[in-house]
Amino acid sequence: MNAFYNLVSGPLVWVAFAVFIGGSVWKMTSLLSEARKKDNHIFEYWSWGHAILSYIHWLLPFGSENSKQQPVMSLVTFLFHLGIILVPVFTMGHIVLLEEGALGWSWPTLPDQVADIAAWVVVGGCCYFAWRRLTLEQVRYVTSPADFGILIMVAAPFVTGLMAYHGWGDNLLMTSLHMFSGEIMLVAIPFTRLSHMLTFWVIRGYTASEFGAVRHVRDW
Amino acid sequence: MSEAEAKKKIDIDNIQDAGLDQGVAKLTPEHIEKVINQVMDAETGARMKMYVDTCVHCGLCSEACHWYQSYDRQPRFSPVGKVKQTIWKIVHQKGKLTPQEVRELAVVAYTECNLCRRCQQYCPFGIEIAYMIAMVRRICHKLGVTPQYMQDTCHSHSATLNQMWVKEDEWTDSLQWQEDEARDEFPDLRIPVGKEGAEIMYSVIAPEPKFRTQLIYQAASIFHESGADWTMPETRGWDNSNMAMFSGDTELAGRIVKEHFESAMRLKVKRIVMGECGHAYRAVYDVGNRWNAWKMFPIPVIHSVQFFYELITSGKIKCAEKYPEKVSFNDPCNISRGMGLHDMGRHVTEVFCDELIEMHPNREHNLCCCAGGGVINCGPPWKNKRILGNSAKADQLKRVVDLGVTTIVAPCHNCHGGLDDIIHHYGLPLKLKFLGDIIYAHMEKTRAVE
Repeated sequence: MNAFYNLVSGPLVWVAFAVFIGGSVWKMTSLLSEARKKDNHIFEYWSWGHAILSYIHWLLPFGSENSKQQPVMSLVTFLFHLGIILVPVFTMGHIVLLEEGALGWSWPTLPDQVADIAAWVVVGGCCYFAWRRLTLEQVRYVTSPADFGILIMVAAPFVTGLMAYHGWGDNLLMTSLHMFSGEIMLVAIPFTRLSHMLTFWVIRGYTASEFGAVRHVRDW
Repeated sequence: MSEAEAKKKIDIDNIQDAGLDQGVAKLTPEHIEKVINQVMDAETGARMKMYVDTCVHCGLCSEACHWYQSYDRQPRFSPVGKVKQTIWKIVHQKGKLTPQEVRELAVVAYTECNLCRRCQQYCPFGIEIAYMIAMVRRICHKLGVTPQYMQDTCHSHSATLNQMWVKEDEWTDSLQWQEDEARDEFPDLRIPVGKEGAEIMYSVIAPEPKFRTQLIYQAASIFHESGADWTMPETRGWDNSNMAMFSGDTELAGRIVKEHFESAMRLKVKRIVMGECGHAYRAVYDVGNRWNAWKMFPIPVIHSVQFFYELITSGKIKCAEKYPEKVSFNDPCNISRGMGLHDMGRHVTEVFCDELIEMHPNREHNLCCCAGGGVINCGPPWKNKRILGNSAKADQLKRVVDLGVTTIVAPCHNCHGGLDDIIHHYGLPLKLKFLGDIIYAHMEKTRAVE
């Protein structure tokens, strides 16, 4: 067990970050250079003003028409994504590790209780999304096992993190699994649908530009 | 079972279409794979990849679609459901589709999506599903599997550069006929044909000389009353409609738009004013000009709604007596969601009509008439399916009927086709008007004889 812990808390962390960062850079540069060759209109019609307005409307709950029509989904999605960003980046345990280990510097942390709640929100969000996939006809129709796989992949680091934090189960095992599942998720971001974290900005911005700058209408 | 439910029991899954059936009969698996991969590799790129890879299958686009709303929220009619049946299948099977599967692609792409882009406004990522569906049509076109009626109009475009097989002498005959008719009312009225150096070239869609010739009379009256310096081309290029854009024949679509602009250049006009058609406007500003490598119009182009707005705000035409009935304004996708002309359209309507009552949703969030995107051009075999696929719009119209509305103003030919069908089918007590209808009938006619 110690060997597994040493692996996931040592070399695999570096591998995961390297693949995540390298993979993300590769993904976006290859997509954008292909777009430059074959979809140059994305650049030609790009309008930062409209893109930024659109980002704001679509990232904040109830900013868009559809968000208003789907209040539960809007709130859950908003809180879920907030949690996904806040918990890994601002949790005490993570920052201590980074300060003592790789980086040697730190930044403010979330109070433990807030981080705890945020992690529960993420897990709850995953459950909600799974429930939607299973019960709403229009979602079930376009759902494949891979969609559940991604939900599990996202939920795993949060579930194991909560278990480690609350002392449920073997602590060393949970901590090791927490690190391992977090690393899997990081690595998966550039190569799965989780890449929407990267591509959102391009697609949303391009659509906003066509709607706003070319067609003179709102896209929200 | 209610009457409406009974009517929905028509078999919408086994509709015969000679264009599709005969096209499919000629296909081989090798040819299908080759053509699909050729289109996907050569004509799509990062944009398609991003759309396919980013979609998280959340289903949030579903409510946007009038087909989905109208067909009891069946998931196969949701926008992402249509992508699943087409692009996902193409990607997952790497182009290895059977002829029957190609037919299914064509049915979804041509007859179950109006390319209205409302779903794009509902997708959190802003994924353009209409682009993906249009690419499926492109594949079907290259495979020779296109609805017969739509293909017939494309053949007409190809042979005559207008979609209705209107011959050159018939075109000028129609204009002279309308000029003759109008001179009873306006003795000095001319429909200037091929006049070089005029300020405006007026272009129409081919169904105007073919079926709705009075619209040319009306437009001529408005031009005449406003004192405009205008002309219409005597050569090809007078038709601004573009079914090739919808069939997936982008080469022909580009050719049509090029001829339209070139006829304006030959006439040395300053700008083009287009009649009340939505899809034609989309063809010039959004599709054809890009195909011709123009970022925007090489010659300024405005839609009738913009032109009428300009005439009214500059005082060139005035309302004599308002249209006395309650009206509602139907926003055509391609000029409202497509160009933001909804407020101008309302301004013109309010100047000429007593009372405008809004239908909802409206403006850029309007529901499609279900005729656009070439769906009505798939012809009679698909008519019932299309009408039942737009009960959502009928419900919307019923709500304004309950508020006392008797007339729908729709500045788009496709909307007229689609709304006319649902008004009849669902027995709605509504009249349909173009803006030109109302302006012509209610403007001050200072140059007319009694």
